[in-house]
Amino acid sequence: MTDDASRSTVIRADATTSAPTVATRTSRLRRAGRNGPRTSWLVPTLYIIFLMLPIYWLVNMSFKTNVEITSSFTLWPRTFTLRNYAVIFTDPSWYNGYINSIIYVVLNTVISVAVALPAAYAFSRYRFLGDKHLFFWLLTNRMAPPAVFVLPFFQLYSAFGLIDTHIAVALAHCLFNVPLAVWILEGFMSGVPKEIDETAYIDGYSFPRFFVRIFVPLIASGIGVAAFFCFMFSWVELLIARTLTTTDAKPISAIMTRTVSASGLDWGVLAAAGVLTIIPGALVIYFVRNYIAKGFALGRV
Amino acid sequence: MNLSWMAWTLPTATFFIVIGLLIAGMAVWEYFSPGGHPRVGVLRFETTRGDRLFISLLGSGFIHLAWLGLVGPDLWWALALSLVYAFCVFRFV
Amino acid sequence: MDRTWNNKAWFLVLPVLLLVAFSAIIPLMTVVNYSVQDTFGNNVFFWVGVEWFEELLHSPRFWQALLRNLIFSAIILAIQIPLGVFIALNMPRRGWGVSVCLVLMALPLLIPWNVVGTIWQVFGRVDIGLLGYTLARLGINYNYVQDPLAAWVTVIVMDIWHWTSLVVLLCYAGLVSIPDAYFQAAKIDGASRWSVFRYIQLPKMNRVLLIAVLLRFMDSFMIYTEPFVVTGGGPGNETTFLSIDLVKMAIGQFDVGPAAAMSLVYFLIVLLVCWVFYTVMTNYGEESGR
Repeated sequence: MTDDASRSTVIRADATTSAPTVATRTSRLRRAGRNGPRTSWLVPTLYIIFLMLPIYWLVNMSFKTNVEITSSFTLWPRTFTLRNYAVIFTDPSWYNGYINSIIYVVLNTVISVAVALPAAYAFSRYRFLGDKHLFFWLLTNRMAPPAVFVLPFFQLYSAFGLIDTHIAVALAHCLFNVPLAVWILEGFMSGVPKEIDETAYIDGYSFPRFFVRIFVPLIASGIGVAAFFCFMFSWVELLIARTLTTTDAKPISAIMTRTVSASGLDWGVLAAAGVLTIIPGALVIYFVRNYIAKGFALGRV
Repeated sequence: MNLSWMAWTLPTATFFIVIGLLIAGMAVWEYFSPGGHPRVGVLRFETTRGDRLFISLLGSGFIHLAWLGLVGPDLWWALALSLVYAFCVFRFV
Repeated sequence: MDRTWNNKAWFLVLPVLLLVAFSAIIPLMTVVNYSVQDTFGNNVFFWVGVEWFEELLHSPRFWQALLRNLIFSAIILAIQIPLGVFIALNMPRRGWGVSVCLVLMALPLLIPWNVVGTIWQVFGRVDIGLLGYTLARLGINYNYVQDPLAAWVTVIVMDIWHWTSLVVLLCYAGLVSIPDAYFQAAKIDGASRWSVFRYIQLPKMNRVLLIAVLLRFMDSFMIYTEPFVVTGGGPGNETTFLSIDLVKMAIGQFDVGPAAAMSLVYFLIVLLVCWVFYTVMTNYGEESGR
């Protein structure tokens, strides 16, 4: 037993020094030890199939005619049609929904990250009066149910005459996105050594110049991750966005719900609209895929 | 700007002023004796003054609700109980 | 990292403070004001004291919604956390498979919540949905519009579909941060798969798991859009969760007072849970020397 233990410590030391011979041996061990049984690919595959089936069904439906959807059960479109997409791209009340959504999501992302940057810097570098409580209070806003805020938001933004504007939705979404951005950015900033700040100050940089010229480029990937999550949570939110808009700034998701209740039968267009809401998310994920794991690694979502 | 939609009343205004004063008081206290007097109490983790205030306020909220649900709408007793509770929190937690 | 004491840092926090105060404190104050008053519209209010709270605490409707919500959250946690850990343990560590897994698994997280609802509403329909049709063909009586059990199963499976990836990604991030040396040592010691998991992987995932539990509890506790789109809270009130009930009251019936009282109770519960998790998390972080 003691022999085993000592051997394992030797190997541990070896692995950290990573001599070439050890490296080859460890890589073989790693392959055997970490991937476990040969069937381990099965689990993620099954899970991904489970994830993709409902999405496939939506895509499948979006290429069918309504007659085919309702009258026959087909696993792929027999009469392939683009009519459903044509309806969306030619009707302003449909495609404006996408434009509205994109506008307020981008606005929200910009505002959230912009105000969160200095705050996250303060939290990661300084201790100040009530800092822990302030941080906790910010987090509670991320956790608070949007349903609680729906009614007062409506009244608040009515009082300011902001109902049915993009900025209203963008500001309202700040409620949960700003704390999130602060949380993520604080994690990234804490990873930057403090000596960098001090050296820059000694070199005669003023705070704003240091922040923009040196610090922001250093945490660019953190800003990317924060922006991604702000985009994500603003894009998927419906309740607040729907409540604060009536026509001019109505998001696509709200237009979809209205269509469900009004006509209820145009399944093809509904499916096409759904597919189109998935695409921006898929694009964003693809571009930040290497950062996502890093953002999650900080455990700050 | 019209604020009538917020529907202020004297009791709720008093409530928020008291909360505001409590926080301001804590800030002043913290300013003159920084550090928040951290200690490990009966809950077996470190708390500062601010934590104790928060525990008191949150607990008071639940005490009031429990009193309302189990006893009746006479909340002065719940308030008294909350004060006792807050005292205990500041003393032992 | 030791941080210097500097109260000027408040100026850096000020923009966030103002913004969140505008979008959190003013609405919250308004909710408190509404909760003790009644209105007939036109901003004419009159004082009713704690009547709404009393009514709420004695209303079976509220307690049932709360109970349903708690049961729902418990089921969600009991399924998603172990499942997420299991899938994360079996994810590939290198090669092209990593990117494919990450992108495909993250996809449901970025679908607007009502579209998630729509997807499952369609998917579960007996006449046009793959799931409903297949189940009906197999002779299983499945109808989420009328059968409470089927409605619950649909909502839960939908949530698993929607959110398990979050747990997977969190756990995966925790797992890849474990140095290879640990596994080699375990291999040489002849450690079993289980003891590798129990003594190496699980302790390393502790922190992310805590965050996963917190996020999953909170988000399932305030779930609104997805079940609302799929079941509308029905059949009857069988899938009416707190948020659905609250929005129904506040926006649907414009019962401002009762909705505000319910909001406050709801918010207090959230605050309590959030504080417990935060305390555990920060204390745990200090112990493990994060």
